[in-house]
Amino acid sequence: MFTELKQGISFTLVTMVLLGGGYHVVLWGVGRVLFPRQAEGSLIRRGDGTIVGSHLIAQKFERPEYFHSRPSAVDYNAASTGGSNYGPSNLDHLNAVEERLDALMKQEGVAASQVPSEMVTASGAGMDPHVPPAAAELQAARVAAARGFPVARVRELIGAHTEPPTLGFLGRARVNVLELNLALDGH
Amino acid sequence: MATEYVAVGFTIVVTIATSAVLGGYLFRVFRAQRTWLDPILGPIERLVLRLTGVDPGRQQDWKQYSVSLLVSNMCMWLATWAVVTLQQYLPLNPDGIGNMEPTLAFNTISSFTTNTNLQHYSGETGLSYFSQMFMVTFLQFVTAATGVAAAVATMRGLAGSRLTSIGNFYVDLTRATIRVFLPLAVLLSILMMWQGTPQTFEGAARALTIEGAEQTIARGVTAGVVSIKQLGTNGGGYFGPNSTHPYENPTPSSNFVEMWAIAVIPMAMVVMFGYMVGRRKLAVVIFATMLAIYLPMVAVAVAQEAGGNPAISAMGVDQSTGSMEGKEVRFGAGLSALWAVTTTVTSNGSVNAMHDSMTPLGGLMSLAGMWLNNIFGGVGVGFINMLIFVIVAVFVAGMMIGRTPEFLGKKVEAREMKLASVALLWHPLAILVGTAVACYVWATTADPGTALGWLKNPGPHGFSEMLYEFTSSAANNGSGFEGLGDNTAFWNIGTGVVMLLSRYIPIIAPLTLAASLGAKPAAPETAGSLRADSATFGVTLWAVIVILGLLMFMPVAVLGPIAEHLALR
Repeated sequence: MFTELKQGISFTLVTMVLLGGGYHVVLWGVGRVLFPRQAEGSLIRRGDGTIVGSHLIAQKFERPEYFHSRPSAVDYNAASTGGSNYGPSNLDHLNAVEERLDALMKQEGVAASQVPSEMVTASGAGMDPHVPPAAAELQAARVAAARGFPVARVRELIGAHTEPPTLGFLGRARVNVLELNLALDGH
Repeated sequence: MATEYVAVGFTIVVTIATSAVLGGYLFRVFRAQRTWLDPILGPIERLVLRLTGVDPGRQQDWKQYSVSLLVSNMCMWLATWAVVTLQQYLPLNPDGIGNMEPTLAFNTISSFTTNTNLQHYSGETGLSYFSQMFMVTFLQFVTAATGVAAAVATMRGLAGSRLTSIGNFYVDLTRATIRVFLPLAVLLSILMMWQGTPQTFEGAARALTIEGAEQTIARGVTAGVVSIKQLGTNGGGYFGPNSTHPYENPTPSSNFVEMWAIAVIPMAMVVMFGYMVGRRKLAVVIFATMLAIYLPMVAVAVAQEAGGNPAISAMGVDQSTGSMEGKEVRFGAGLSALWAVTTTVTSNGSVNAMHDSMTPLGGLMSLAGMWLNNIFGGVGVGFINMLIFVIVAVFVAGMMIGRTPEFLGKKVEAREMKLASVALLWHPLAILVGTAVACYVWATTADPGTALGWLKNPGPHGFSEMLYEFTSSAANNGSGFEGLGDNTAFWNIGTGVVMLLSRYIPIIAPLTLAASLGAKPAAPETAGSLRADSATFGVTLWAVIVILGLLMFMPVAVLGPIAEHLALR
């Protein structure tokens, strides 16, 4: 029994150092060399070095001159992420969806059938950086009016920032909201 | 919508095809034959064996093998328990995370030691980088390897005739870790980093958003965790929302790679079994039987999730892309449904959508995957679970045709059937009794009518939340209906105990069974033998799995998801 215990302890300690430590440090080194931008979190920096955000992390947009992200159950808190965990039959959930829908219809001046469900449902992590192209289109007229841009110019930008599904069938077509808004500000 | 079905089909086909190749590699590894990775992995393996003082020549019988398995896992439990309860005083804690509370630590360490990865904490607020590395990552490697070792020993028992030893546990454990999981995890981590998963020791990034708000973005050594969490059917995410988080699963490509990693090793275990016992056709029959349960479940889940929530459709919203609450735009409803089924049948438990927000029948498929827990199943242990059903099917078929049941030329007798029954019945017992106790505690302690207590959702869905938690614990799965407020003493201790028992009982009992069969002389097959490698046996096995594995859960399925489905309109 004593030898069994000794064996267990030595195996635990050796593999702990190798797999917990060595493995991560090697990967960290590989990341620094091959993918330095992604390995630190795909951050976007201003000219002065301050961080605007991450390509992969949704931000909260409320002003009319910006495209808005999908609803977030954690109010876009990227230090404590999560979904709503509402079940499909929960009345609190359905009321929240209805409220978002009413607000959107008023804000964008559209009918319910023009609102993609992504814009009234919270994403899984509350950090979804994307909206479907239809949800960007939904907001185009409002953004254009707020900025005094022609709508066609805004639509052009949406088109330029629409990513197709990978290989044409994996995943969905999508627009990165933060990148699109940065492009708008650049014009 | 059609492209979603193409994506689902493509993912499944590629995974099956590659698992055939990987199965051959696994066989070579555990037969200690040459592989093309030897020049790199050979020295690492020898180093580990030398440093840990393992004598590769020492052979163990099933009792010694089981003792080594249990003692090693106990040492791992204690070492990592020390890590999380002391993390505040340990290095690599840039975000200043405090020590883990004792009942939560008991739950968390039991969860990771049993390859469950049920998480009652949230990674970004509950664990330091040190804990993510030396607790999470370490256990995700060695517990997956423990499962593989147990499966390999079980297969040796079945393949053997008049066998007295079934190998050396530490040699198998080291081989599985160094020659199977390590190279695949490194490869996958690099792919994940390429797609955007961070791997950094720097603390959270502080951003000033476009609209001028401050945003703290948690990050860390994510890529290394994500790859092994997927490959080892661990499932414990780096961040709270797991692979829905854009850092843990940035693109459809990363999603494809992660999906592949969930199922490929469990599938390859079946292929390896065919080589180990020298009966490829038997492996094909078992694989096909598993597919005949897996594929219909995927079809139901995809159709349900792509169909959307009828209560939201009723508001007139454009729900043509399916039910999107708790889901991510980049994956869509179809690939989220595929993931939900795959992660639950395989005992993985990672998620790329919130299961609590799935449609009732989509959620039911996830529950059913864990009730069965043997459709490919967890690395190693899933195959062991399947084996129990194979033995039972052999027994049932033997009874039906009036012959002594035999498997691989060996008589299946009372002792084997008793061991199979223990392994088979423990699972529903833990789930149903656990859920019943939870319901009782909830009903007697929550303020009736005014508060939901630890539930997030009312009605049948609330029942499903409690059912799911004990199902996930007993299946060593780790996913959850995360609306459940599970970080309480009741849930931490209750599910912690269930996870431990549900890990070791279904490993030790089948190992004993296999050793018992292995000790018997193999009789040559005659025209009168029951042929296990036939389509007829496949159909019998399918029926035994569905009837024994699912029917006893029918009442709870009706009380939870089916009631909710019927009420939802």
